Amino acid sequence: MKRFLRYINVYELVRPIGQLLKFSVGSAAVMSAIVVALALVLDQTAVGVHLMDKLNVTVFNYTLSNLPQVVIDGLTIGFVYAAIALGYTMVYGVLQFINFAHSEIFAVGAFVGVELLIFLQSAGVLAGASLFMAYAYLLLAILLGMLAAGGLAVAVERIAYRPLRGASRLVPLISAIGVSFLLQDVIRLVEGLTTGQFNRIMPTFGNFDDRIIFGKLVLGASKLTLGISIKSIIVIVVAVLMLVGLNYLVNATRVGKAIRAVAQDMPTASLMGINVNRIISLTFLVGGLLGGAAGVLYALKFTRIDPFIGFFPGLKAFTAAVLGGIGNMTGALLGGIILGLLETFAGSYMGVFTSGAAGSEYKDIFAFSILILVLIFRPQGLMGKNVGQKA
Amino acid sequence: MSKRRISVFSMMVAAGMTLALIGSAGAADKAIKIATQSPLSGDQSLTGVDIKRGAEMALEQLAGPLTALGFKVTLAPFDDQANPDNGVANAKQIVSDPAILGIVGHYNSGVQIPSSEVYHTSGLVNVSPANTNPKVTTRGYMEVNRIVGRDDVQGVVGADFAAAKGVKTAFVVHDKSAYGQGIAEFFKKRAEENKIKLLGFEGTEEKANFDALLSPVIAGNPDMVYFGGMAAQAALMFKQARQKGYEGTFMSDDGFDSADAAKIGDKTLLAGGGTYYSTVAGPASVYPGTAKFITDFTAKYKAAPQPFAAQSYDSMAIVLKAVENAAVANKNEVPTRAAVTKAVRDLKAFKGITGTYTFNAIGDPEKSLYFIQQVKSADPAAWSNNPIVKTLEIAPPK
Repeated sequence: MKRFLRYINVYELVRPIGQLLKFSVGSAAVMSAIVVALALVLDQTAVGVHLMDKLNVTVFNYTLSNLPQVVIDGLTIGFVYAAIALGYTMVYGVLQFINFAHSEIFAVGAFVGVELLIFLQSAGVLAGASLFMAYAYLLLAILLGMLAAGGLAVAVERIAYRPLRGASRLVPLISAIGVSFLLQDVIRLVEGLTTGQFNRIMPTFGNFDDRIIFGKLVLGASKLTLGISIKSIIVIVVAVLMLVGLNYLVNATRVGKAIRAVAQDMPTASLMGINVNRIISLTFLVGGLLGGAAGVLYALKFTRIDPFIGFFPGLKAFTAAVLGGIGNMTGALLGGIILGLLETFAGSYMGVFTSGAAGSEYKDIFAFSILILVLIFRPQGLMGKNVGQKA
Repeated sequence: MSKRRISVFSMMVAAGMTLALIGSAGAADKAIKIATQSPLSGDQSLTGVDIKRGAEMALEQLAGPLTALGFKVTLAPFDDQANPDNGVANAKQIVSDPAILGIVGHYNSGVQIPSSEVYHTSGLVNVSPANTNPKVTTRGYMEVNRIVGRDDVQGVVGADFAAAKGVKTAFVVHDKSAYGQGIAEFFKKRAEENKIKLLGFEGTEEKANFDALLSPVIAGNPDMVYFGGMAAQAALMFKQARQKGYEGTFMSDDGFDSADAAKIGDKTLLAGGGTYYSTVAGPASVYPGTAKFITDFTAKYKAAPQPFAAQSYDSMAIVLKAVENAAVANKNEVPTRAAVTKAVRDLKAFKGITGTYTFNAIGDPEKSLYFIQQVKSADPAAWSNNPIVKTLEIAPPK
């Protein structure tokens, strides 16, 4: 056992968890502080009067009692964004181009996982499944989604990007956009032909829809139940496991060293005996695996999927990658968490803070304005410079 | 040289194609087509396909008199994908086919309104089995008729029901479509008149993640959450609201009336205060004349008809009858579109399977039924057994 442990770099296992914790707590704390401060100010204005009139509660109390739920929701979606963003950032780190087809890789993962579960449901296995088996089926769906998405990512690289490797950087980018459209329509075609329905619904099984209740908060005349649904916990746990695993792969193994070497300097890496093509394929495989798992998790959390489901999460994950500093893995984590939180905070509080003038439908304004600000004042992204290595 | 040869060749091809077109038009002298437009693919295809099927069955069963006059009547189904752009593109294609004399269709008011502008300019008659937005008929187009009620009544019926149920506070969400936003606004207006306090009024095109939208809903904990829009979005939002601990009552509109709602919402629709929806088309079984329709439909398509299938059957029956009347008036020749349009309005007390229809000056039926239904089973197959809580017969507003 001791001998075995010697080969495991414990530091690299613990470090990313610490990082995730730091980022989550840090950005949640910053944003909470901002909204609470805003709420205190708004209480003195017409907004406070309006809310008092409507819900019989001050803006400050409203904000505070909603806060735990908002943070949990924001972190859940933030981790999904982070898992997708890693796919963008790894490919960028190695090849310096944006793989816009990644959002469809994510969608394919979601479809494969959900189709498997629908198949199991129609076979009658899901309905009476014990708790253990329910989790086993979910795990199976995630794994299958990962495999399909990973395989597809490798195939896309081989067919659409590798022949263009010497070309100018715009060329593979256009190819990626083309692949993205192609994949959307392929999903639509396959689903349309086989099931006649290209919007699929995640079957309900197991205890994923249940909620763990922490307690009740009194909010004016009404009560607010604090809790977290099991599926949010699953999404967070699986995402954290994957992120830790990826970090370990890149930072603590020989293969990871090779990936970093290729990212730093492709010709020199190949002179050192690294099979560059294989490493690039591997990068796409890992990115695809993460994307596929994120797809199934997304479907689990939000129930309904369609062939265009990848577009918005993909766009936001890309934004997260740029926000954190594209090409930088830690940056993608931070970017994903910030974006998820920001979006949920904005969506939850904007309606109340503006007395209903600008509702949650405008939540994306914040996410993308922050992106523009970062690009103006820190074009390399939040973490772009602090970490020397890319990948 | 070669360039000239190509141009000569392409001219010949073009000439050939023109000839072929003329030829086919000439051969199909007494052919008549009736088009349908409904979402045959996508989220709303469950209902959309049955709108097509209802019309298809009516055509098979009721085209006899026209066949006897020597006409060959066929169906031309179009898929509008519940999308205004596709609806208008199809409409342009439909009006350019001279054999098409009428159109049964549209599930979504947001699609019907722009598409019917095209029908209007070409004088093609449209009988709608499902569109409820007032604007469908209030533009006063001769060509546009519907056999169902209107949202300025349906929203009111919903809000009155809420008030009667003792609802004190409500949160209203809509899907920003002409239909969803329209009915949500009518609901809101009436709810305020009924002294129901509105905690919020929000539009969203979100299809997956309702977390942020729901925070103020959960915090305000209204007695009722109302959704103006279609089943896929509404059921998903209701489900996520329940999972966040909302215990009150859900209410939606006739767009919610689809078995997909049970498929998505599952047991969450039954929990807490339950789920109600207003509709202008109850399940086919509530109409006295539909027994044969249900048997035939189930035998032919191996599934019970979705809401609006029976209305679609009647819409097609109205178009066929009008074509027949216009053809007889035209000495058994193919009537003009204008004549068919006029013949639809001239039908008095037309006996369909879902009621007796006479259109008023703008194309609304003189009286329509409105229902409030309650979701009673999480099984999608049992959707059409949802009980009716309340039935009202109301004339369209002036």
